[in-house]
Amino acid sequence: MKRPVAVVGVGQTHHTSKRADVNVAEMVREAVDRALLDAGLEHDDIDAIVLGKAPDPLEGIMQPEQYLAGALGAHLKPIIRVHTAGSVGCTTALTAATHVASGLYGRILTIAFEKQSEGNAMWALSPNYAFTQPMVAGAGGFFAPYCRAYIARSGAPGHIGAVVAANARENAGRNEYAHLRDPMTVEEALNSMMLWEPIRFLETCPSSDGAIALVMANEDHARRGPRKPAWLKAGATFTEPMYVPGRDQVSPLAGRTCAKWVYDKAGIRDPWNEIQVAEIYVPFSWYEPMWLENLGFAPLNEGWKVVDRGDQKMGRHLPINPSGGVLNTNPIGASGMLRFGEAALQVMGRAGEHQVGGVKTALGHAYGGGAQYFSIGILAAEL
Amino acid sequence: MSEPPKERVKYIDTNLNLPYHYYAGDYKALYLRALKDKKILGSRCSKSGKVFVPPVIASPETLAPCDELVELPHRGIVTTFCVVNVPVYGREIEIPYVVASVALDGADVSLYSLIQECAAADVHMGIRVEAVWKPDGERQGDHTDIRYFRPTGEPDAPFESFIHRL
Repeated sequence: MKRPVAVVGVGQTHHTSKRADVNVAEMVREAVDRALLDAGLEHDDIDAIVLGKAPDPLEGIMQPEQYLAGALGAHLKPIIRVHTAGSVGCTTALTAATHVASGLYGRILTIAFEKQSEGNAMWALSPNYAFTQPMVAGAGGFFAPYCRAYIARSGAPGHIGAVVAANARENAGRNEYAHLRDPMTVEEALNSMMLWEPIRFLETCPSSDGAIALVMANEDHARRGPRKPAWLKAGATFTEPMYVPGRDQVSPLAGRTCAKWVYDKAGIRDPWNEIQVAEIYVPFSWYEPMWLENLGFAPLNEGWKVVDRGDQKMGRHLPINPSGGVLNTNPIGASGMLRFGEAALQVMGRAGEHQVGGVKTALGHAYGGGAQYFSIGILAAEL
Repeated sequence: MSEPPKERVKYIDTNLNLPYHYYAGDYKALYLRALKDKKILGSRCSKSGKVFVPPVIASPETLAPCDELVELPHRGIVTTFCVVNVPVYGREIEIPYVVASVALDGADVSLYSLIQECAAADVHMGIRVEAVWKPDGERQGDHTDIRYFRPTGEPDAPFESFIHRL
């Protein structure tokens, strides 16, 4: 960052399958109020607002930034909306950060949300567009072939996906905000219905309603705040087109490039040993070993061995998704910012029951589109 | 006057339904017209020599023009696939069904298509397939002119030949 940027307030809703008690604006406001309270700030203290959510067809609300301007406290302030599909939450947080890093704004309120119960995300993401072949099978149908290719080329045993899912659920049990928290065994995951072979029902993320808001601030404001800030050491987003000859859809180059870029900027040479916790975007369980490789935590084709050894569990070498992650909470637009915000809470030491011990550096990650958009933030306890 | 359902006031149902009219552009229109004639056109990158299908006018990789059209065979291989057990909204298709990445012979990017005329369990990575077209007179010049792909019975392609070009 050209100028230091920190997360100084985090607020999220309790995520669930249906928030029938609030409309979208009220749900979003809940997260905003919690973030401002957490930062010890009022709306008057905020210079600009950055909003993110996934594709508009999910709720059928076009220009959500227009509808939500009032609920977000945007009266007579700049507001922009960010959009990079599933990765949008993390990209939105990084867009807020660049506002602060530019020196033009001191404190930014940034919000991401989804209210999946109001529409049908699965089919909203599978329209029949005129010039592309129809995906016909929702996000699961789109990503399943790449999970299959991962299994084929890495030789990963078939139980790995279920092990990831069960561990994520155990973690979610410690996170009071998580959507799915009931205990689940590896056997239950293995015995659940095959939806999009090789992806089973219990290896799939839920549809959630929820929102998260962050307050991000410059160094001066961050040091004067009531709480220990989470410093953003580096953050970046990289993209690759869908149809490129030789494109590696299993471990996309854009993801590897993004990871290398942020590690270089953050001075990290050995991510496996220099990062203490990672919140990564795993909507289908096989993506955990796939991203462990893409993010440089494991050599190519060996991400599943980390899972098989259990090194990604709480209390082990590198806890992955102590919050329970996307597999247990998926308000799509918010999911990437939840990864970023949870990483911030970990370095602040305020993650509650799912706090990892001794976190100095944490990684927040999201991906989106046809595994085309990648967004990563490195958060640290010390500037 | 009868009372509406008690909970009705808690929500409102709405459908959004708008017609759109997308222009293909003259270059891609050549591809659509060829489908109508039961031909599959791709375009070759002037810099890398890679072949795109459907044709693109410039490579997203090299950014160079892809102004040479090439006719592609109707056969290729399933590089990877998914067996879908989820009923499809707004489409009559029997489950389970198979959606696959199909790499046509001579093409460097894959098409996404249904695999039919075989059991889902018989589809595997590397299986050879061929296009099944709508009959003459029914093709409209869009991607539904190829109804699906079906196995040809030829020997499978070796794993190493496709695992890095899904």
